[in-house]
Amino acid sequence: MAQFPASSILLQGSEACADAAILAGCRFFAGYPITPATEIAERMASKMPGVGGVFIQMEDEIASITSVIGASWAGAKSMTATSGPGFSLMQEGIGLAVMSETPCVIVDVQRLGPCQGFATFPMQGDVMQARWGSHGDSRSNIVLAPASPQEIFDLTIEAFNLSERLRTPVIVLSDEIVAHMRERVIIPRIEELNLERRTETTPPHKEFKFHELSGCDVTPMPRLGSGYKLNIVGHLRTEEGRVSMPAQEVPQVAFKLLSHLADKITAADWDAKRIKALFAEDSRTMLVSYGSPSRTVESAVKEARKAGLKVGCARLVTLWPFPEDQLQKILEDVDNVIVVEMNLGQIMDKVKEVVGRSTKVTHVPKVGDLHTTDELLDRIKKVAV
Amino acid sequence: MSHPLMKYLREDWMPTLLCPGCGDGTVLQCMLRAVENLRIDIDRVAIVAGIGCHARLGTGYIAADSMWSLHGRAFPIATGIKLVDPGLHVVVLTGDGDCGSIGLSHFLHAARRNIGVLALCFNNSIYGMTGGQVAPTTPKGAITKTTPYGNLEYPMDLCALAQTAGAPYVARWTTAHPRQLTRSIEKALGKNGFSFVEAVTQCPTYFGRYTLQSTKASDILRLFLRNSVSIQQSKKLNPEELAGKIVIGEFVDTQKPELAEQYQLQFRN
Repeated sequence: MAQFPASSILLQGSEACADAAILAGCRFFAGYPITPATEIAERMASKMPGVGGVFIQMEDEIASITSVIGASWAGAKSMTATSGPGFSLMQEGIGLAVMSETPCVIVDVQRLGPCQGFATFPMQGDVMQARWGSHGDSRSNIVLAPASPQEIFDLTIEAFNLSERLRTPVIVLSDEIVAHMRERVIIPRIEELNLERRTETTPPHKEFKFHELSGCDVTPMPRLGSGYKLNIVGHLRTEEGRVSMPAQEVPQVAFKLLSHLADKITAADWDAKRIKALFAEDSRTMLVSYGSPSRTVESAVKEARKAGLKVGCARLVTLWPFPEDQLQKILEDVDNVIVVEMNLGQIMDKVKEVVGRSTKVTHVPKVGDLHTTDELLDRIKKVAV
Repeated sequence: MSHPLMKYLREDWMPTLLCPGCGDGTVLQCMLRAVENLRIDIDRVAIVAGIGCHARLGTGYIAADSMWSLHGRAFPIATGIKLVDPGLHVVVLTGDGDCGSIGLSHFLHAARRNIGVLALCFNNSIYGMTGGQVAPTTPKGAITKTTPYGNLEYPMDLCALAQTAGAPYVARWTTAHPRQLTRSIEKALGKNGFSFVEAVTQCPTYFGRYTLQSTKASDILRLFLRNSVSIQQSKKLNPEELAGKIVIGEFVDTQKPELAEQYQLQFRN
């Protein structure tokens, strides 16, 4: 067992992400080289053998996510990391992970897109793709958006915990800036962390229902080779894992299964549904952001405060499922909301849904670079009093 | 008295949904026979299948750990499983469309890596589950649902591909050669490395009906016997004589270090 003393070191976001995964118990990593996410794979390649884990570079991102799913069923906490083009290829695998209730963590270091876009430039274009993933309807994936190396460290650990607890893929939606930024990261002692562990169960259970379809209750996950005679499927299934059923029962079974997959995520009371707000108490104008743009948002807000403007900001740490209630509370008495994201407007529509009709929501679109403090201050001055 | 292999099956899930005369059951029986003959603990077998008739048959109905996954992706899933638990017998069930078309790259890379899995390929020369469309293994000229005027493309040789990619064990038999097929599966299961066993199997419903003009399994099995030539015989035939023939036998039978084992050895110290 490797030693993880509490310490404070200078780390790149990608390195922090890899180190956090190992600390969280990740013992299988599969990936495919892609800018700007490759550093995570490189760090995993060098560190994984030291903790008795496995690193493998697969032939593409489809193979990466699917080998992660296989590894997870063989008993290892598993992860992959990629960027936009690879994330597109992974959608099919995400669907299998959702449907078969396979815990795994997917890190998407967003870059300018669509398509090749520009590999070394940042964007936050994958917000909706991360939310829905796959085809079909499972309502929402869990998506966490870090804004600093420390936060990608903390959220990667949280992603593993949520993924293991709810048996679902969890997406860490990073971006090129967070992944390449170097900052001080505090590494906690492993004893200080409340890590989720797989429950070892003893077979055989004659009446063991492999997939309990009961809302938020998640069946413990047995591993392959332990005598359960598991029938793991991406197909529609009954509670016993049976895939054949009378045609007239299909709609009912499908509704039950899909509701179960959605409810365990949306209804589960997990404390990661978080927003970090600043000056929310007395602000008439609020800036809403997530990920790396939040850092310029914060400095712009502090500047505006110095000038006497009643401005604050709210940063979404959990992007999906959308922290509606929390955001609603924060934006309750606000006249103006300015959504700051590095895209043409993805989360803005969701914010509009949350605020009242009297609140005006505007957007500062930008791609390929962070907003400058001045750009944001100009906008703030136009609307704030 | 129940069938001696029934203990490996979920009797209460029967009957299967496959068509009368389908050859996939024969291949599955050969596999279970091999497991039985080698006295492999079925609880230490993990079956991973892609999509297709073979996958529908080979998962669920077997009372063993199985995963009915994504079209073409059984190879990387099996790779993940084997790397985490090298002690498991990992079996990939695949089809000619599953491994020759959508999963071709995964198939070749699994062979190249020499990951210790047995890949058992059910080759019926057509897409059966979707209703009889042309496959990358369908003979030139064949009439299928998507080649109603005759197939213009050339078929691929899956065993030659496995061999080129470096698989240490490669064999092909047909459902008219169940004993030889069972022996090859036994041999493959006993090896630690990537093994590719191709079973040419009959699809009376689609390949039989559209291409061979016979929906009788016995006709197709007789055709398999008549058209099969051994590797030794095939070397004496010129390309014209070889056209339409099924070359059967063991193409490769060697041994080389397996990936999961090498990974463990590399970091033992």
